[in-house]
Amino acid sequence: MEETLTREQLLDMYYYMKLTRMVEERLQRLYRQGKIVGGLYRSLGQEGESVASAYALEEGDFLAVMIRNLGALFVRGVRPWEVFTQYMGKGTSPTRGKDNIVHFGSVERGIIPPISHLGDLIPVMAGIALASKMQRKRSVALTYIGDGGTSTGAFHEGLNFAAVLKLPLIVIAEDNGYAYSTPKHKQMAIENIADRAIGYGIFGETVDGNDVIAVYHATRRAVERAREGLGPTLLEVKTFRMRGHAEHDDAWYVPRELLEYWQKRDPILRLETYLKEHGMADETDFEAITHRIEQEIEADLQYAEQSPMPDPRIALEGVYAETPSVSEVAPLPREHAVRTRS
Amino acid sequence: MPVLTYLEAIRQGLWEEMERDERVFLLGEDIGVYGGAFKVTEGFLERFGEERVIDTPISEAAIVGAAIGAALVGLRPVAEMQFIDFISIAFDQLTNFAAKCRYRWGAGVPIVVRGPCGGGVHGGPFHSQNVEAYFFHTPGLKIVEPATPYDAKGLIKAAIRDEDPVLYFEHKYLYRRIRGEVPEGDYIVPIGKADIKRLGRDVTILTYGWMLHKSLEAAEIVAQEGIEVEVVDLRTLLPLDDETILSSVAKTGRAVIVHEDTRTGGIAGEIAMRINERIFEYLEAPVVRVTAPDTPIPFSPPLEEFFLPQVEEIVQAVRWVANY
Repeated sequence: MEETLTREQLLDMYYYMKLTRMVEERLQRLYRQGKIVGGLYRSLGQEGESVASAYALEEGDFLAVMIRNLGALFVRGVRPWEVFTQYMGKGTSPTRGKDNIVHFGSVERGIIPPISHLGDLIPVMAGIALASKMQRKRSVALTYIGDGGTSTGAFHEGLNFAAVLKLPLIVIAEDNGYAYSTPKHKQMAIENIADRAIGYGIFGETVDGNDVIAVYHATRRAVERAREGLGPTLLEVKTFRMRGHAEHDDAWYVPRELLEYWQKRDPILRLETYLKEHGMADETDFEAITHRIEQEIEADLQYAEQSPMPDPRIALEGVYAETPSVSEVAPLPREHAVRTRS
Repeated sequence: MPVLTYLEAIRQGLWEEMERDERVFLLGEDIGVYGGAFKVTEGFLERFGEERVIDTPISEAAIVGAAIGAALVGLRPVAEMQFIDFISIAFDQLTNFAAKCRYRWGAGVPIVVRGPCGGGVHGGPFHSQNVEAYFFHTPGLKIVEPATPYDAKGLIKAAIRDEDPVLYFEHKYLYRRIRGEVPEGDYIVPIGKADIKRLGRDVTILTYGWMLHKSLEAAEIVAQEGIEVEVVDLRTLLPLDDETILSSVAKTGRAVIVHEDTRTGGIAGEIAMRINERIFEYLEAPVVRVTAPDTPIPFSPPLEEFFLPQVEEIVQAVRWVANY
């Protein structure tokens, strides 16, 4: 018998979804104002699956996101100022300006930052799952991959490795229709990514990614199996990318009808409808949450905007455990040897 | 002091580290039941069990990726590449994941990736390569290549204890051909420290791996002609030990760099440039290099022998700089 999500939990997920959307909307304005360094990758329409899957984890579990999983980071305790400072390249950002977007985290928080190379997180998270198993811990590792990312060799190597060693790994495969401009049917010759699970001898399941309750329960099942030592799960969530690959891309190649179809299935609207129909919340509750988020965003954005840019000299720091990096301090036999940057 | 082969020294170092620290574990292809393609890990499965000696699928990217993940959460993985040539499949995990974690988000990745490199055993283009130059260009990685049993044991221990990713290249030609005294018990050879294997005042040879032994032979030959060669065994390729390299070359004023790897973009180029930038006015002759030519490594014995740097070429290079 599956647990039932309480009103409190549902409103909690609602908060995180709404927070994700509103932070991204603010980021979009900042982008247009030229206050963001680099690109902006939105998760519009996909906030539900990111939030619900991360919500199914517990303290001590490990999570690694990809670019459209901002919502999962919020569930794990990330605050908007961290995201704003990352996008602005500020010295107060979690990476001190060394990396951008959602490329931040820490082992202590159970958040492993991605690299941009798709698929590479799967073997890494398999390693974390392996360590958990070796250390007799209950923790599981969860990561995401887009439909496009499943075409990589790392995806295959990582899943097969985890399957053979029966590791507590959950891979959320997000079918969001497009990888940049490439539609899914040019990425793979199958309809459902979860069909691949059988080829690895692991659990596979496809759920409606815009139904947060379904995603939560499916992830929860995967987590329980992983904790029981039954190995990895490939959980496919069907969703849709409602904007371009990044803000510079107007996604002219996506048929309007598809966007209209998915607009009606917006995960936030759907949860609102569910809560109202079940008498668990009404517009006043939603407005209160929205108001709270507005205030949180304002405070955090103000902090981010007032934060200084990083000291250029930190560009040389942190390559190795020994600092400064070894090649910079090589003793020179001659006083007037070529000047190194300092 | 016990005399061990180069291979036995690596094995002993690994074994002692696994005895010392339960966080250390091994993963790789055929390393458990079979004991490894070269038998470096023979007997480990019986002693340490299949949880710490993991036979994996043929998946270099997954082996290294999983090592990274396990290291991030506190373990000390040692991943074996069955032949170091196959490390190319894990290139991304090493250069983009492992090497950049500390810089990007402050997380150390204490992994060791080890495996047999080099030619001389007719392995052909895919079982004989020297891959250091691919990784030498990646800040965040460390690269070591021992040439003696003493250094092999001391460096594997240092690599396992290092807080950053270390590539440990073991030369397969040396595995069972080189023997030497190896102390019992614990000692390390520090990463980042070269070692002067022969003292001399006239010419410095900078080298590593199998080529150390060829360079020592060459030094012996030219000594009979009155040329005293100092032979520096780099041992660590990244980071280079500038202090030892530059002070030796400043002393002799003449440098020959010898490596088995191919010429263009090889480590010799970087070393020559450092000498040029920092101690140009100490030089009595141009810096020269003896390397393999810019071709893949051929298979057939006469071709391979022609490809590999030979003692006679080193001798000629030394004579040339000595008489410049």
